[in-house]
Amino acid sequence: MIEPLDQLTARLAARFPGADVTLLQNPGASAQHSLVLGNGIARAIAEFLRDDGALKLDYCSNVSGVDWPDKVIVETTKASTPDPAGGPDKVTEVKTERVQPGYLEAVYHLFSVELRHGPLVIRTRTRNRSDQVTLPSFTPVWRSAEFQEREVFDLFGVVFAGHPDLRRILMWDGFKDHPMRKDYVEPEDNEWEPTPHGDLLAKVKKPDPAPSSPSPPEGAKP
Amino acid sequence: MDMTPAQAITDEEREELRRHGILLTSIEELYNWGRSHSVWPLQFGLACCAIEMIAASMARFDIARFGSEVFRPSPRQADLLIVSGTVTKKMAPQVVRLWNQMAEPKYCIAMGACAISGGPFKRGYNVLKGIDRFIPVDIYIPGCPPRPEALLHGLVELQKKISGQAISGPDAPRHLRKDLACEFPVPEFGEHDLDPPHNPTVWQPPEVPKGDSPA
Repeated sequence: MIEPLDQLTARLAARFPGADVTLLQNPGASAQHSLVLGNGIARAIAEFLRDDGALKLDYCSNVSGVDWPDKVIVETTKASTPDPAGGPDKVTEVKTERVQPGYLEAVYHLFSVELRHGPLVIRTRTRNRSDQVTLPSFTPVWRSAEFQEREVFDLFGVVFAGHPDLRRILMWDGFKDHPMRKDYVEPEDNEWEPTPHGDLLAKVKKPDPAPSSPSPPEGAKP
Repeated sequence: MDMTPAQAITDEEREELRRHGILLTSIEELYNWGRSHSVWPLQFGLACCAIEMIAASMARFDIARFGSEVFRPSPRQADLLIVSGTVTKKMAPQVVRLWNQMAEPKYCIAMGACAISGGPFKRGYNVLKGIDRFIPVDIYIPGCPPRPEALLHGLVELQKKISGQAISGPDAPRHLRKDLACEFPVPEFGEHDLDPPHNPTVWQPPEVPKGDSPA
């Protein structure tokens, strides 16, 4: 069995003083908690996780990308003012909106083949989703992360610093988008279905923008 | 002499002659008979439909009964392209290039839901919504994947189609006419999609019906 994560977090804090390691609780039934590593120290911690005698996490089975878009959080605060006439308190609700900035995340599932335990889930997070999308690569620590980090780079746009061969792996090199991001817009291609539903139904119901405009030339991409 | 053998005598008379050991036929019939019973497919698989295609070629289903057992490893020697499986956008130029490298007369079978329309992956960012956007398809075989019997049925339908082709005149197939192109443009990788996303001479996008209640 792998040691409890709070114990491991304390051990990491003792081994790497001042390191940015957060224990992220999973409130779900699986209770698969994880460690969020700061980008500066993540590489050193990864090497420690691989080499430490009690852990020996020698196998990285899975690298996942997660896109967390900007999230609008509405907070409702209730304020009660006493009624001067002596009736029940008057309750007013104040709603405040704040935007939680989004980020991209790489999730690694680590196992130990030698000690037969796992998984330990570690995460690294980018600063934002647009220009500061660099994360440390774990390919020098676990070779099996190479193709999967390339996939995360391809589909999410996370740049892994220190990756030996960071190229797109599924889409072609000239491709500009990152299709697994939540805000990816797929190219328009005039799909027709006998029973439209979802987005296509909304498109079908939308009236033509300008009925008098000339039709596009044959084969032109709309 | 204004007569062709098919018109000059009736089928009954021809059958009568055949009973006496005299075979009477036309060049067109002989030519199409030979072609339709030796359709050599390209040894080319894309996804799980290819497994069914392989099964059709083995002893239990035995595609050799229909003269198509010679799967050629080179497009230069093949007559039939069986698009057996999902065509990803990254693979589509290679499929069109293989089609261009095949010598005429050549035929194309779109096998399975993916090759016809993209199938279950239709809404994916990476899947071509049907190979008929780039090359002309002769036979569509629905199924996910189609059983080997369905592929054999498609092959028999293709044989019927070949047998019915005229060897001259305006109804002649592509390879016997000079005004039709036998080569199709290979799409290039664009920044967001294939460029062009379809071949307008082969496929036009259907009109999306507008209105409140699509029929």
